[in-house]
Amino acid sequence: MKKILSATLLLSSITISSFAASAQSPLYEKLTIDSLETQNNKDKSISWSGNFWVGTELNKVYLYSEGEKPKHSSSSSENQLVFSHAISPYWDAQLGVEYDIDKGAHQTWGVVGFQGMLPYFIETRATILAGSGTLGLRLEAEYKALITQKLSLTPKISTALYSKDIPSMELGKGLSNITASLKLSYEITREFAPYIGVQWTKNYGNTNIFNPTDETYFVAGVKFWF
Amino acid sequence: MSTTKNQISRRVFVKGLAVASVLASTRINLNAKEVQKEFEKGDILSGKVFNLSIGYSAVDITGTPTIATTINGKLHAPTLIWKEGDDITINVTNNLREDSSIHWHGIIIPTDMDGVPGISFEGIKPGETFTYKFTVKQSGTYWYHSHSGFQEQTGVHGSIIIEPKVKDPYDYDVDYVVALSDWSDENPKSIYRKLKVAGNYYNIKQRTIGDFIDEIKKDGFINAFNKRKMWNEMDMGDRDLSDVTGYTYTYLMNGDNPATNWKALFKRGQKVRLRFINSSAMTFFDVRIPGLKMRVVAADGNNIHPVDIEEFRIGVAETYDVIVEPLENKAYAIFAQSLDRTGYAIGSLTYDENIAASIPKMDPLPILSMTDMGMDMSKMNMGGMKMDNMAVKNDKKPMDMNKKTPMANMKMDNMPTENKKKSMNMDMNKKSFMTNMSSSSMDKTIPITPLEHADGPQSTMKAANPQYRLDDPGVGLRNNGREVLRYSNLKSLRSTMHDKQPDREIILHLTGNMERYMWSINGIAYPDAKPLKFHYGERLRITYINDTMMNHPMHLHGMWQDVESGANQFVRKHTVIVQPGSKISVQVTVDAMGSWAYHCHLLYHMAGMFRKVVVA
Repeated sequence: MKKILSATLLLSSITISSFAASAQSPLYEKLTIDSLETQNNKDKSISWSGNFWVGTELNKVYLYSEGEKPKHSSSSSENQLVFSHAISPYWDAQLGVEYDIDKGAHQTWGVVGFQGMLPYFIETRATILAGSGTLGLRLEAEYKALITQKLSLTPKISTALYSKDIPSMELGKGLSNITASLKLSYEITREFAPYIGVQWTKNYGNTNIFNPTDETYFVAGVKFWF
Repeated sequence: MSTTKNQISRRVFVKGLAVASVLASTRINLNAKEVQKEFEKGDILSGKVFNLSIGYSAVDITGTPTIATTINGKLHAPTLIWKEGDDITINVTNNLREDSSIHWHGIIIPTDMDGVPGISFEGIKPGETFTYKFTVKQSGTYWYHSHSGFQEQTGVHGSIIIEPKVKDPYDYDVDYVVALSDWSDENPKSIYRKLKVAGNYYNIKQRTIGDFIDEIKKDGFINAFNKRKMWNEMDMGDRDLSDVTGYTYTYLMNGDNPATNWKALFKRGQKVRLRFINSSAMTFFDVRIPGLKMRVVAADGNNIHPVDIEEFRIGVAETYDVIVEPLENKAYAIFAQSLDRTGYAIGSLTYDENIAASIPKMDPLPILSMTDMGMDMSKMNMGGMKMDNMAVKNDKKPMDMNKKTPMANMKMDNMPTENKKKSMNMDMNKKSFMTNMSSSSMDKTIPITPLEHADGPQSTMKAANPQYRLDDPGVGLRNNGREVLRYSNLKSLRSTMHDKQPDREIILHLTGNMERYMWSINGIAYPDAKPLKFHYGERLRITYINDTMMNHPMHLHGMWQDVESGANQFVRKHTVIVQPGSKISVQVTVDAMGSWAYHCHLLYHMAGMFRKVVVA
């Protein structure tokens, strides 16, 4: 908690100085839906993941949302509102809040995140969560390999860990989940790409006791931005 | 050899259809021996008083009707013919719905006539007329364009020809302007936004898995992987050649698209002067006329010692005058392929206006090398050596250890073999390297004035070992079997004997972040930068170091840049190409009081890679 607090202070001091500096940059905004897909899993879910940002090259406000709606039950989602500041050529540091919904239950978190590109063009995002006396860590990484200028193969892996059980949210202590996917997408335009893919997801520890999950299934959806 | 228009337009990758707007090309014939009066249709304006009107025009360049911003209704705008020594008046009326301006590119004039909003004047408001008045003190080939918003991209650009007081020291019979430009049906604001939110949007020739597999087949997995290592570790691509490409651009020659095929007429045996002007927003062109040698006689308006070549690269805002002598009655292609090979502008130099030349094949996609990243060790001595060797033409020996330069000894001792060490050592050596460079080309050491510099998100790369690459024709033109123009070939005709030695030096790092699409100088973007202070009367040496993977055409307003193109060799230019990962030095006689714009001439780089210069 102390660490998060100091990170928070550090981040907010960066924020203040940089706003003044980039006062003259014009504002841009972008809506990206990374995935809007139907999943051939046991729940027959519709799943989404995306973000909207408004800001300059160096300072942005992001709204992230990802979640799923099983065919016969209510939805679950993770939604973040963060301020994002460039701390290096390829990396942004982020600070904000997260609101999670899981089948009627909900949880609010404070969020510190890092988003950027690792060497070898690996797009990465790490989020540290703090709420209800619990810490969480989520990591995701993806790589886009071009087969042709329009056809690409994207492996992606994400994982989540928590310091304590949160039974209401069906989250267990320790390693909670790993999800890996491989998607083949075709950019009809730069802005619009349908894809098909295969996804594997597995819950671990108490998470798997709350909500036993270990399945592999096909997905089909679209990625778009404007 | 010749094809009809229909055959041409079937080429898939050339967008556009034949437009019959301005068909017959107009000769200029200033010093031309033959007197031909074809100044028609307002394509050419001459005299001492000019009236220009900036407005909207309906155009159809790609098959989709759209609106351009034009001057006197013309895309490319009328060619202005001035006479050296004349006092001229130009009334520019802005009929746009937004502010406008005209900058006379490369013309040495008082600051309040220079036409840069916010620096030389307040701009021209909608409906208003601004009168430019100045004395023409130079001659040659120049151009003019809007310095407001993105109007240059949507058509506000035209050519200027200044007739010299003393006849140019070369003969020719006919005279044409060949103005190259890039056109997009997209709103430039939309282009800019796409670059900001998806930097590689227009890069349609990115690396694929197949390219890597080919490399594995050729070199084996380990070697292929290691070759990619440096690029991958830095998150840099070797095909990042142009920000905006043929994906959206149609390349024009004198406003004509490739299907229209602009034509210049000649009679067998005539000497033809072609005044090439790159009035593009973003595009570098590689120009050749298959079957003809070109004699380059002027660069950026200034006469040079003539040099015979087969191909030249023309950066945004540069001009080159060439003379060709077609000996056969046939149609020759004037072929200008974009640096990224995603398209071309084409015209025909033909004996018969109904016959167009066949289209040459485009060259393969250029691939950036470690040299372009400023990391090539094998070329290490070239810069140093070349400065001393420059007098020896076409000295292609990569390294000559016997030559006496401070470089050779200093560098070879600690030349490491492993990549990472390389860059570290190079960084350390950079300072001494530069000091030595200065002293090797000059009589005395020049004091360096330190400038503000920032490390941070603005810059993704640092050229660890930037070299003078005057003898390098540039990526895509190396060893292509043709005689290609290099900066080391350029030598001003005017004597530089009495030019002052530089009083001091400044170093400008050209920096950028393609991922965020930000461009800057010394890691600081224009809105956050202090003006550069030049001292009136001084001779200033400016060394550019390009810390990016892209060519930047650096344009100083109001004063010439004398490029150090060899040992005791200068070429006088208004726009200097700084190749990726390289360095290059210029000297400026600071003789123009006031405030001046100083920037990269790539339109979408300008917002950041820009400085205000104050001469006082």
